[in-house]
Amino acid sequence: MELLVASAIGILTAAGLYLLLRLRTFPVILGISLLTYAVNVFLFASGRLTTGAPPILRDGIDVYADPLPQALVLTAIVISFGMTAVVVMIALGAYLGSDDDHVDDQPDDPDATSDKAPATESRT
Amino acid sequence: MTHWIIAPVILPALLAPFIVLAARYHIGIQRAFSVAGVLALIGIALSLVFQTSDGSVLLYQLGDWAAPFGIVLVGDRLSTMMVLLTAVLALFVLLYAIGSGWDDRGRHFHALFQFQVMGIMGAFLTGDLFNLFVFFEVLLIASYGLMIHAGGNARLRAGVQYVLFNLIGSTLFLFALGAIYAETGTLNMADLANRAALIGAEETVGIRVAAVLLLLVFAIKAALVPLHFWLPSSYAEAPAPVAALFAIMTKVGAYAIIRVYTMIFPPDLEVTSGLHEVWLLPAALISVAVGMTGVLGAKRLDRLVAFSVIGSMGMVMVAISLFTPQSIAAALYYIVHSTLAGAALFLISDLVRSARANLELTPQPPVAGAPLTAALFFAGAIAMAGLPPLSGFLGKLLVLDAAYSSPFMVWIWAIVLTSSLVSILGFARAGSILFWKAHGASPVPGAAEAKRPATLSYIAVGGLIALLAAHTVFAGFVHGYTTTMAAQLFAPEPYVSTVIDTPGKLSKPKGDH
Repeated sequence: MELLVASAIGILTAAGLYLLLRLRTFPVILGISLLTYAVNVFLFASGRLTTGAPPILRDGIDVYADPLPQALVLTAIVISFGMTAVVVMIALGAYLGSDDDHVDDQPDDPDATSDKAPATESRT
Repeated sequence: MTHWIIAPVILPALLAPFIVLAARYHIGIQRAFSVAGVLALIGIALSLVFQTSDGSVLLYQLGDWAAPFGIVLVGDRLSTMMVLLTAVLALFVLLYAIGSGWDDRGRHFHALFQFQVMGIMGAFLTGDLFNLFVFFEVLLIASYGLMIHAGGNARLRAGVQYVLFNLIGSTLFLFALGAIYAETGTLNMADLANRAALIGAEETVGIRVAAVLLLLVFAIKAALVPLHFWLPSSYAEAPAPVAALFAIMTKVGAYAIIRVYTMIFPPDLEVTSGLHEVWLLPAALISVAVGMTGVLGAKRLDRLVAFSVIGSMGMVMVAISLFTPQSIAAALYYIVHSTLAGAALFLISDLVRSARANLELTPQPPVAGAPLTAALFFAGAIAMAGLPPLSGFLGKLLVLDAAYSSPFMVWIWAIVLTSSLVSILGFARAGSILFWKAHGASPVPGAAEAKRPATLSYIAVGGLIALLAAHTVFAGFVHGYTTTMAAQLFAPEPYVSTVIDTPGKLSKPKGDH
């Protein structure tokens, strides 16, 4: 159990970091999603791993699962879901606008170095 | 228990949906409600500052649940002062946004602005680390919307970088929180302060990792070199009023570092020894150097201002990393100055932008309304570079004075003084190109006819400069107040006992268990 959870966190984090370093919006967003999955499992494990134990007080039971990390994970899932949706929309807008999905500034990219002309400021 | 302390969070949280739902097509109504809300926030913040000025700690238990189990909001001298600073800054930024018409160039500016203010207020007031994470996310998601307000390709691209960097920061924050919870079993700051001190010297691996991760997260927020790469392009591309409001966001990082590393991991704690002088201080000094070199090297005015913000955050962090009551007092004085000066400079760069073809630092015909804009730029540059008579000079003097007894005094004095000189050169170069070399320059082909900025814009910028002047004139009073604030931070027992010992719903009287 411990080995499974630990290796799951490790592999997810490693894969997420690798994708982050690809510097194209789609792999980077996938990488961030993998990282948030890893951190969710990590948060879950921070309350110690128990199998088949209830998270609420009952008579005659002495092994409990910690309910707090479960609440934290729930919050983290909701937030990361919303954030992923936002970053997908912004990245799509940037890609469709400048026809380039690099996350970093390209050296020969006129958009990254030149001043924004008033004509490009349109209402969203 | 008074309910006023939650008002800075609740008021914008109610106002923002109201603006979206009831006034979405009426910019006039949006403006009126937004300004009224911010004015009310200033009133509330003033009363909170007055209540905590005698050193008392305000506590608000949400749902009346007692502290380590429920979420608490805590107001002490530091957090109420930051709340007041945010509210005052928000007023002037809002006036500028209305005066310059920025709020009408895209939808939902005022609603996002209120959500942003709500997140910042909550981050300053919360007494719980996970709640701090949640308020960070609130202020970030509002800032994503504000950052790409009015659109444009360059802005969207900078927005993608900004959002992705902050998402990585948020993930790191969650890892830090998980590690802290696994080690201590609590996320309430006051409870953590008690439990971190109990950890034995032989089992510090986990909590050490957690403390460093947390420091990294806050350093990303505070744009400390080498974690500052998100700042220059996102602040330069963001709409000017938004960039000016973001001037307080870097201070949220500085505030969190002060709060967590005076209360939970104080400098004399075995677990985190070496963190401040070995890691934080060199990074802060490099930030000062990089920021001020960037001021000299920038090719555009908005980048120049962004780098000056990095440099001034470096100054704040130098003072914080010394971690003595004297240096924290100096840091707090400098935080107020740096917020106001940074915001004023971003607004001034927009004054130049609206009256000029672009912000490139090349000779161009005179900007419209040049005399007044140039005077404001001169005042803002003096403040940011740290020349007398404005408060930047006093702030730097306080920081240098606090560093006098440090073993790293030579390094701190050398780097701070040299980089101040470099930044003076940078601002002088920018100002003379913008305003003096203008005469006789040929106009940029294709540039639109520049108009003089609106009077309300000048009032907003002038107000910020006037606040800087007041910060200088009343420096003795303000520094005395930040000294009592630092004393309160280094004696956290009243804070901890107020949070932990106040009974709530279902809690038994002491001694029964």
